[in-house]
Amino acid sequence: MSGGVDSSVAAALLADEGHDVIGISMQLHNVGAASPHDDFASVSHDIVATGSDDASGRRMPSFGGCCSLEDLHDARRVAAALNIPYYMMNFERQFNDQVVSNFVREYASGRTPLPCAHCNSDLKFATLVERARAFGADSLATGHYARVERDWNAGRFLLKRAADATKDQSYFLFSLNQDQLSHALFPVGDRSKAAVRDYARQRRLPVADKPDSQELCFIPDNDYASFVTSRAPDVARAGLIVDEHDRRLGTHDGVHRFTIGQRKGLGLSSSATPGRPLYVLKINPAERQVVVGPKASLERTTLTASHVNWIVDEPACPIRAEVQIRYRHRAAPATVRSVGRSVEVVFDTPQIAVTPGQAVVFYDGDTVLGGGWID
Amino acid sequence: MRVYFDYNATTPVAPDVVEAMTHVTLDLFGNPSSVHHFGQEAKRVLDDARAAVARLIGGEPSEVVFTSGGTESDNFAIRGVAEALEPTGRRHLITTAIEHEAVLNTFRALVRRGWRTTLLPVDQTGIVAPDRLREALEPTAGKPDDTVLVSVMHANNEIGTVQPVAELAAIAHERHAVFHTDAVQSVGKIPVDVRALGVDLLSLSAHKFNGPKGAGALWIKRGTRMHPILTGGKHERNRRAGTENVPAIAGLGVAASLAAGKLATEAVRVKQLRDRLEERVLSAVAGTAINGVREPRVPNTTNISFDRVEAESLLIALDLEGVAVSTGSACSSGTLEPSHVLKAMGLPSHRAQNSLRFSLGSLSTEADVDRVIEVLPRLVDKLRALTPKTVGAHGGVPSARFPA
Repeated sequence: MSGGVDSSVAAALLADEGHDVIGISMQLHNVGAASPHDDFASVSHDIVATGSDDASGRRMPSFGGCCSLEDLHDARRVAAALNIPYYMMNFERQFNDQVVSNFVREYASGRTPLPCAHCNSDLKFATLVERARAFGADSLATGHYARVERDWNAGRFLLKRAADATKDQSYFLFSLNQDQLSHALFPVGDRSKAAVRDYARQRRLPVADKPDSQELCFIPDNDYASFVTSRAPDVARAGLIVDEHDRRLGTHDGVHRFTIGQRKGLGLSSSATPGRPLYVLKINPAERQVVVGPKASLERTTLTASHVNWIVDEPACPIRAEVQIRYRHRAAPATVRSVGRSVEVVFDTPQIAVTPGQAVVFYDGDTVLGGGWID
Repeated sequence: MRVYFDYNATTPVAPDVVEAMTHVTLDLFGNPSSVHHFGQEAKRVLDDARAAVARLIGGEPSEVVFTSGGTESDNFAIRGVAEALEPTGRRHLITTAIEHEAVLNTFRALVRRGWRTTLLPVDQTGIVAPDRLREALEPTAGKPDDTVLVSVMHANNEIGTVQPVAELAAIAHERHAVFHTDAVQSVGKIPVDVRALGVDLLSLSAHKFNGPKGAGALWIKRGTRMHPILTGGKHERNRRAGTENVPAIAGLGVAASLAAGKLATEAVRVKQLRDRLEERVLSAVAGTAINGVREPRVPNTTNISFDRVEAESLLIALDLEGVAVSTGSACSSGTLEPSHVLKAMGLPSHRAQNSLRFSLGSLSTEADVDRVIEVLPRLVDKLRALTPKTVGAHGGVPSARFPA
């Protein structure tokens, strides 16, 4: 329970159906609490380690967002309204190891990460589900807009798009395996957002009219670049911005500031780029080089992806599918060929901004066939 | 059946306390500072409570100042002495690494205002060694007797160990430092006598011994130089301004009388239950160890580490089975940092995260202990079966019990 309306209604729906529901919030960062031994670093005895020395010696910065203290209080209030037991569980270390470190590493290597997908498959439906099972829980429900169906003939679970196409989050869940899907419940997945809000109001949940969160929960101010440099200062090294013909157009303060298809914030003077707008085409982290060019040069008809997770049986022959390369991308028809744990995708028509680090997810209508990470 | 083994967090309010508080709330609503009949009635309630608290701790009634509880008493003691002695130019304060946050964070606030601070270490026994205090009191930078205050808790809230307060207070007094003890976790559990302890200031809190929340006291030895930290009217002999919380103080007084009356028998009874719990947990669950020395300890507390079990998960699993325990001090933000007490004792942080506190009290029974023993081994097995190898593994640290 994040304290938002979706997970609150997910809990309410299950409780109202008569299930035995336990509310859990994942505390993903230190909620501004310093250890009682902080500030005593200057004392004369070799007494105590200060509180921040986890195994790595790192200190998580304080951030707010979806998991701020305020939101955890909201989750607690919802649980109280539903009269279900509620616990906050600390996943600070695991979140850092499984999600944040990867996020920083990906940006540092010129890629554009998708932390929510990692959080779902590597934390929520991994560590959290394990804990929940220890408490006797059969399933883990979240507020995601997606659906899980059991295909009795094939003897497997299928992941499907949400009933509300505008809210569908199946893209972020492609990496769940069969075991994870078998324990997953998405109670709001067959409802519209409006219906979810209506249910919350009708149920008088204190978060019924709370706005949706838009940011990554661990970067509430949306300033990814500062977050990345705070965790990996070495990334903030200047480099060149060049065009497709290797002509120097300007400089930049670090490759982590760029993503494929980005147009704003290139910092190029108009004299360097007369006429048409320029887009980031490619990032070469080794040379700290950012390649820019016209929109037409962003088009690609092929991509490869690795660490592929097939939710249906891995196809022996190339298959036709609708393929989505970003959260807000309209899935486009393509041919997908499986090669070991990788795939090659050939689109029927060119697609804009194929971005390394993002997920590519293959659909057959509403059904997620599988997906992988774009190379 | 629900089992409440978290008496160090708070205790059920005794029926006699509730009765007294109800009576005072309904019938004796006067302001104790008022001259008239109504005021005199309320004043008498305060006087009776003050006498009862003084009897419980062996002080004079006039030395008892009512506060809102343990945190305020600690703040009052530390800030009050620091402020009063600031003009002397002495700038050093001493406490221990295992204090409650009410003390540690007050010290921290004074550090930011330029005070020098020493945190005395503890070893795996959880007891402060008197020699560490002697060293900390040594003249620094040619300034003898720079230390104005030494604050050492009587019983630790997380592991229950009782500090050698009398010895420490004597050492502090040799160097002319004021001595404060946070006795919130010992008053009502073991005999506490301010004269025998030889302290100058002692904090206590009503809700730790079947009194109400929001009432406590600071015992201030006559002659101790103190400034008030709450300024205003002339309440509490100019030491703590603000109209007294008369009903809660009445409750504190009754709780103090009840505690004084049954202390000897209760301590024995609760100790038997605690020892039984401890013994049966250690024998029924492999990979368990008591944190801290077994004696001297308050009779109601045990802190046990469970090898390869995340305490947070065990706490939740126990709660879902109706057994309420704690991972350490109850924390308002609900954060589950590894306990600073266990870390200060030198336990590795995974072991600090594997530890649960069981604290028993007035309504605890043998059936409660049996219930815990019934559910605990099963839950631990379940969690161990599911716990990933990375969580709470005792990286090379033997899980042998600590020497008692």
